[in-house]
This record gives sequence, structure tokens and C-alpha cells, in this order.
Amino acid sequence: MSRAIIINLVRFIVLVFLQVFLLKNITLYNLSTPYLYIMFILLLPFETPNLLLFALSFLMGITIDAFYDTPGLHAASCVLLAFVRILFISITVQKDGFDNEPEPTLSIMGIRWFFTYALILTLFHHFFLFNLEVFRLSEIPYTLSRFVLSSIFTVFLMLLTGFLFFRRKERK
Amino acid sequence: MRNLLIFITKYNAFFLFLIFEIISLTIYIKYNTFQKATFISSTSQVTGALYTQVNGVKDYLSLKETNDSLARENARLRNQLKSSFYTDTVAKHKVEDTVFKQQYTYIEAKVINNSTNRSTNYLTIDRGSRQGVVKGMGVICSSGLVGKVVFVGEHLSVVQSMLHKDSRFSAMLEKNKEIGYVEWSDDLDPHKGILKDVSNNAQPKVGELVLTSQYSLFPAGIMIGKVSNLHSRAGGYTLNMEVALSVDYSKLHYVDVVVNKYAEEQAGLEAQQKKDE
Repeated sequence: MSRAIIINLVRFIVLVFLQVFLLKNITLYNLSTPYLYIMFILLLPFETPNLLLFALSFLMGITIDAFYDTPGLHAASCVLLAFVRILFISITVQKDGFDNEPEPTLSIMGIRWFFTYALILTLFHHFFLFNLEVFRLSEIPYTLSRFVLSSIFTVFLMLLTGFLFFRRKERK
Repeated sequence: MRNLLIFITKYNAFFLFLIFEIISLTIYIKYNTFQKATFISSTSQVTGALYTQVNGVKDYLSLKETNDSLARENARLRNQLKSSFYTDTVAKHKVEDTVFKQQYTYIEAKVINNSTNRSTNYLTIDRGSRQGVVKGMGVICSSGLVGKVVFVGEHLSVVQSMLHKDSRFSAMLEKNKEIGYVEWSDDLDPHKGILKDVSNNAQPKVGELVLTSQYSLFPAGIMIGKVSNLHSRAGGYTLNMEVALSVDYSKLHYVDVVVNKYAEEQAGLEAQQKKDE
């Protein structure tokens, strides 16, 4: 239990730093911006209570907002993400199937499940984020292309990170 | 009552979602109305300090470019020195010049946080109220116009960049001084602006310089960009045209805050006039 807390704390800090100081400066053709930090919410253990899950998502969002100067924007998207996560997991995973609190990582759940999971959750998050940021319907084609390209970039980075930590998790 | 409680606990995820989503959206919408929520911007102590640290490292990576631009500016300024002109008059006498008084002074500042890829872009600079920065001052750099100070902390300030959907600056064409205003282009391209509401008499040419006008926060004649494309819309009273911005906003390192010594007096007079009417 305490191991899970430490792992998630480290993951939180590393992802915030990575997002704010590295990925914030990366934009491909002014269209595709990765938001890898949502991986923190994706990888929380299955048995996280709902209240804690929402509180952590909100905290993550507001931390990113502090650095992006957009109070509330990322927080709102992250809370939506947490809700979609609960729905998705309740549909696809059997409640009593997991022993000693596994996390929804690539190495435990397998590539097919993880890819669908990451893709659907990222799409929800990015769609909400980009539309809330622009808040106008007049730029829909531009917003949609940003949304699609950024989602591809984010999911790609997530799978990459998943494979990077693949073996190490399996051995433990 | 008991049934209601059971209902709420059964669907607790949904209700928690509603509560947190409403909190976030309230923060987001409030922020938009009241411009800056003080407690959570990059001027606040923690994020500001972190950005300053990381910027210290980043500075080394761009030393060469910064040097080049400083050298270029030095050369340009040296060209304007009296000593670089040949004097052909023999008798010199000193004139007490009372016509010109300095109206603009500049505070140099370093950019410690910057963005160009969103629809609302801001810079954070390392000068604040302690160094004399006041909300509403203009910000320029060696290659042209940068933006406007919107939020001032004690040591840091936030500048609303030209690349912001609400930015709008008074501008003029170089040749015939026709006035218009310049905005960021709609498609969020960081190299493109639009000059709007220029009178029909102006005959702009592609490549003509666009400068700040005397009605702006800036001294007249600060470079904004070049006309790159003319939109001729038939029947309109005014002309719009595309402007290629002269500043590369993704590479800003040092900027100058423009202090207009008469700004306060002007604002006071204009406010008084409004009151009298």
C-alpha cells in the first residue's frame, strides 16, 4: 500500500516536470501538442476510491494549470477524464478479478486493452480540453485537427512510456 | 430520505464528477472574467521561482543568438552616435535644447516564461512593481513590438503577447501614415498578423513596413512587420491586409518595457474630460 503511494507520488512529480519544462515547448507544426501528464490519472491503481480519484485528478489538473496560466481549464478536463475512467473500467474489467492491487499498466493488462483504454480516455480529455480552451465554434476545423493530431501524439508517447517500463514491472 | 441516500451512494461517481466539474468550471469562467486569479499564475512565488531556475539553464543554449542580436543592435546604435558623423561646420556652439524632453524610458527585462502555441499567449518577465513596471505599459524588443503588461507582481510581471486573441494595437503604414489597428491572425499562426480598418485612400504595397502609430502605448515608429498579402474586399470602406510579423516570438530572450512619462498625465486629463461631458 505504502509502495503504491510512493510510486504514484514520484510519478506525479516526474510527469508534472516533464510536461511543464519539456513537452510544453514541443509543438509540431503548431497543431500537435502532447499532454502526457494525464498518464498519472490513467495509471492510478484499480482500487482507488472514487473520492480520492477525483481529488487527485483535480489536483493534477490545477497543478498543470498553475504552470500554464489557465486556472480551471486542465482541472475540468482531468475531472472529466476521471469520470470516463471509472465508466470504462467498470465496463471492461471484472471487479473481483485482481489480486494485490494491480495497476492498469501495459505490462499487467496487455497491449490490446491498454491501447483501447489510453486511446478512448485521451480522446475524451483532449476533445474537452481543446474545445473549452477555444470556446468558439467558428474555428471548428482548426480545433478538430489540433485535437486529432495531439491525441495521436499523446497516445504514441503513452505507449512508448509503457514499453519503456515494461520489463521492469514484470519481474517484480 | 433513505432511498435518496442509497441512490446517491450507488451513483457516487457521477455526483462526485458533478461536484468537481462545477468547481473547475467555476474557476475557469471566473478567471476569464476577472482576467487573472492572483493565487495561481506564474507570478506566484513557487512557479515563478521554478521558471527562473530552468531559464538559467536554457539561457546557455541560446547565448550565440542573443550575442548576435546584441551585436547587431550595438552596431545600429553606434551608427546613430554623433561621433560617427563627419562635421563640416567649423564653429561649434552649444544650444540649450528645451524643445525635446525625454518622454520614453525603457526598463530592460529578461523573458523567463513564454508560449506561442495557444490562443491566449503570455510572457513572464523578471521585472515587477519594484523596478517600476505598471500595468498597461507596452513591451518591445530589438526587432519590434512584443505586447502589453497585464499583471504586475513585486518582482515579476505577466505580458499579454501580440499573439493573443484579444490583443489589438494601433498601427500605421510607413509611407503615407494611414492609421489602422493590428491584430493576431485568426488561424493562430505565430508569424502572421492582420492590419485592419485602414482607410481606402491608402495604397499599400506588398513589402511595405507596418509601424506603431503615435496613438499607441509605444513611441511612434516601432516596427511591427511587413505587409505580406492584400485582401481586397470590394465595396468596403476600409482595407484589411495580412502582416508578416517581424518578431520571432518563440525566440524572445530580452525585452524592454516602455515607460511613458506622460502616460499618467494623459490618462488623468482624458478621464477628466469624460467626467465633464
